Amino acid sequence: MVEESLIAVLINGVFVKNFLLIQFLGLCSFVGVTKDLKSATGMSGAVIFVMTMAAVASFIIYTYILVPLKLEFLTLICFIVVIAALVQLVEFILRKHVTPLYRSLGIFLPLITTNCAVLGVVMLNVMNEYPFIYSVVFAIAAGLGYMVAMLMMASIRERAEYVNVPGAIQGLPHAFLVATMLSMAFVNYFKVIPL
Amino acid sequence: MSKVLDEYIRGITTDNPIFGLVLGLCPLLAVTTSVENGIGMAAGAAFVLVCSNMIVSALRKQIPAAVRLPIFIIIIATFVTIVDMAMEAFTPDMYTQLGVFIPLIVVNCIIIGRAEAYANKNNVFYSLIDALGSATGFLLVLVLMGGIRELLGTGAIAPFGHTLITVPINPATFMIMPPGAFLTIAILMAIVNYRKAKKLARGD
Repeated sequence: MVEESLIAVLINGVFVKNFLLIQFLGLCSFVGVTKDLKSATGMSGAVIFVMTMAAVASFIIYTYILVPLKLEFLTLICFIVVIAALVQLVEFILRKHVTPLYRSLGIFLPLITTNCAVLGVVMLNVMNEYPFIYSVVFAIAAGLGYMVAMLMMASIRERAEYVNVPGAIQGLPHAFLVATMLSMAFVNYFKVIPL
Repeated sequence: MSKVLDEYIRGITTDNPIFGLVLGLCPLLAVTTSVENGIGMAAGAAFVLVCSNMIVSALRKQIPAAVRLPIFIIIIATFVTIVDMAMEAFTPDMYTQLGVFIPLIVVNCIIIGRAEAYANKNNVFYSLIDALGSATGFLLVLVLMGGIRELLGTGAIAPFGHTLITVPINPATFMIMPPGAFLTIAILMAIVNYRKAKKLARGD
């Protein structure tokens, strides 16, 4: 069993072990989708949703199908299929019932399948042997942490449009320099929040 | 012969997974706290890349275009599972160090990118060469970054228990913490951009 309290899991997920800035999970979307605030918000929303759903689905599959049948070696293959199916399902539902949101998310929705953050959450849940409620809370916390980092990055990069950046640093190097400073701030949560 | 060499070199220079195509950043930044981890990660990724590229290439006429991506992912996940189990059995220390990033090789964009962009269209032999080229390119970048961070962060490079270089500096722990990874990649990318711009200005 786990000794941490639920609050600790939550704060750990959002700040201390922030997925993007401390654990480096999901960096493709972090540098790719943060050019403006609107798409960063849409992407974060979709990721939180898929992460939570994936945590629920993967927990059920792992505990009630894979473990009783001693098929743990299929964990990875099962989870990636579950996530892909889930993303597809979310896409169908959004397209049918919430068309405006579906349009604004566009290409980001299918891209979530290959986002390491989502697979990272479900694999970490298995590795840490979290029970059901912990798995879900951890997924939500990771998603919120992802959103915090994405929104900060997007707002900084939106303003950086008007800054005169030297030629060689334009684009990705600049994004990574911004990430360096954000990450420096987050690293210090280790000391501020004694868990 | 020269085409073989060209295909191999291409994976290291113009199509370098990190600096050319900007793929596979998550493992690059996360595991390069030391040269040793970088080599371990690159070895795992190289095995999966070579095997999946060859299998995808061998099956390219049988795989229906509409469902090719799910099939690629299943093929890759199979080999990642093999790497995962092999590393857990034979190199348990490395396995704990790399942690969740071994199963995450499955969503490494480099591997699915090569399957989609190259192995899906070319024969088995060239797919093997292409995979080896990309794997070497990935390894070099991982070792470079691991080397810079380990040297500045601990004052020495000591992969697998052999101390190679020591420098008499006050180690900056910052470099082996997460921000150090972002800083190193930012500077390396800026250098690559600068050289590209210079080349372009010279006109070749």
